[in-house]
Amino acid sequence: MSYLYIAYAATWLIHITYLVTVFRRYSRLKKEVEQLPRK
Amino acid sequence: MSAPSGITLVTLTKDVRLEWRSKDALNSMLFFALLVVVVFSFSFDPNAEESRVIAGGLVWVAFLFAAVVALNQTWARELRNQVLDAYRVSPAPTNALFLAKAIGNFLFVVVLEAVMTPLFIVFYKLRALGPAWQLFPVAILGTWAIVVNGTFFAAMSLRTRSREIMLPLLLFPITIPALLSMVEATTTILVGDPSTSAKFWIILLATYDVVFTTGCLALFETVLHAE
Amino acid sequence: MKKAFPILGLLTAVLLSYALYQALVVAPQEQTMGDVQRIFYYHVPSAWTAFLLFAINFLASVLYLVRRNPQTDKIASWVVIVLAVLTCIGGYAFRSALPKDVYPSSVATTGIAIAGLYFLLRKYFSEQGTDILALTTAEVGVVFCTVVLVTGPLWARPVWGIWWTWDIRLTSTLVLWLIYVSYLVLRRFSTSGETPVLAAALAVFGALDVPLVYFSIWFFRTQHPQPVIGGGGSIDPRMLHVLLINWLAFLCFAFLVCWSRYRLERMQRDVEETQALEALLEPGGHVR
Repeated sequence: MSYLYIAYAATWLIHITYLVTVFRRYSRLKKEVEQLPRK
Repeated sequence: MSAPSGITLVTLTKDVRLEWRSKDALNSMLFFALLVVVVFSFSFDPNAEESRVIAGGLVWVAFLFAAVVALNQTWARELRNQVLDAYRVSPAPTNALFLAKAIGNFLFVVVLEAVMTPLFIVFYKLRALGPAWQLFPVAILGTWAIVVNGTFFAAMSLRTRSREIMLPLLLFPITIPALLSMVEATTTILVGDPSTSAKFWIILLATYDVVFTTGCLALFETVLHAE
Repeated sequence: MKKAFPILGLLTAVLLSYALYQALVVAPQEQTMGDVQRIFYYHVPSAWTAFLLFAINFLASVLYLVRRNPQTDKIASWVVIVLAVLTCIGGYAFRSALPKDVYPSSVATTGIAIAGLYFLLRKYFSEQGTDILALTTAEVGVVFCTVVLVTGPLWARPVWGIWWTWDIRLTSTLVLWLIYVSYLVLRRFSTSGETPVLAAALAVFGALDVPLVYFSIWFFRTQHPQPVIGGGGSIDPRMLHVLLINWLAFLCFAFLVCWSRYRLERMQRDVEETQALEALLEPGGHVR
């Protein structure tokens, strides 16, 4: 397969992986916020 | 200006005396470096021509790893009995403490190099074809480069988990230009090709030393007080 | 503010798609390398973006360190102004010493831009905000740097037959990557309450190291020459056009990623602070 397409795919794979980790942390944090006692 | 240098000298003398009595760091460093030399000898069995090309790299890698062994326990002794806290509270300038530690480490590593170099010469049948006297500034400037940053990062690693791993992890990337210079300078001197000169590398090493010694002195107080 | 995010996200996605189209279809095919050369349109903008992010990290780290003390803050501000002025004057005074494509006006503009950025950060970011900015730009910078280090060999292999060469650009990028990964590791493993200070000190050291890394590898390469990945020399103006479009697209993308990461970190710290307060004020009312 062409190195060109692998390179482009790899770029987006790296970016998407990072964004997924950020988003996951965000969801987990949101759940924690809901558990904080309301004052 | 006599007070800071007085403190430096006193701390330095204390460290050297303590080390001389126990010889902990010195022995472990020496043994470690010797092991590295022997293991490398098994992996490469060079004749005199080849060994001159690779010896530069091997020697400095061995010294670097041995120095890390010493640097790791630089501050450990101060942590026991809260000596480090006493330093932070005292009016003594923190730079004096840093210099004392750095110079102490420098002396230990230089002693190590002095002992290991004959061994290297024997094991790899080394003989410098270039100007051998240039090896002295390379050794001094190079060792100081490793030691000054190493002492600083060792202080930084005090407040981290996995302290022993943290020091090389922080130290190695930053010292890459210095390492490259040391290795290239040593190889140039050993191989002795008349069209090449180690001068650029020596100047680069000197620049590196000036830049980072200034940086360490400027930021050490901040790092020491970070609790 | 929050409403802008989805709109910007959509615009960025459109821009990235357009840039991709430009890179794959519109850009002319390179004579010697063929289609593989198009990796260039992702490789180079990622590198420039990573360098920009690391530069912002350096400014934020310096800012964090100097702002702890009102005296150093003032001195630092003056130093920045003086350096900017010196760059302007120096660019014109030493114009003959500049490399071929570098104009004195670019040098001056860069100096002023960096100083301007420093003061902008100083004005709009609080002390904690500066620290979060440093962390964010380091992380996102490492991500872009990883892209550079992955696309580089993927380009080198079909063109030069080797995966890696210790050429100056790839090697200095690798060292930069190593330095900033060690920065992130320090952040994660530090048990100190003053982690931001330690990390900022490390960032300053890393930045001081960068020119030394560059020169050492440059001289190493002149001693042991090897093919340069990414080629040198002049560039076809149509290719430059596509390159700049891709860079703009990736800059917008990087901005959005940084913004998200910044918001996440800010939220994280707010939650931790609230939790700490909660722990102090247990139900029953007594402060422990």
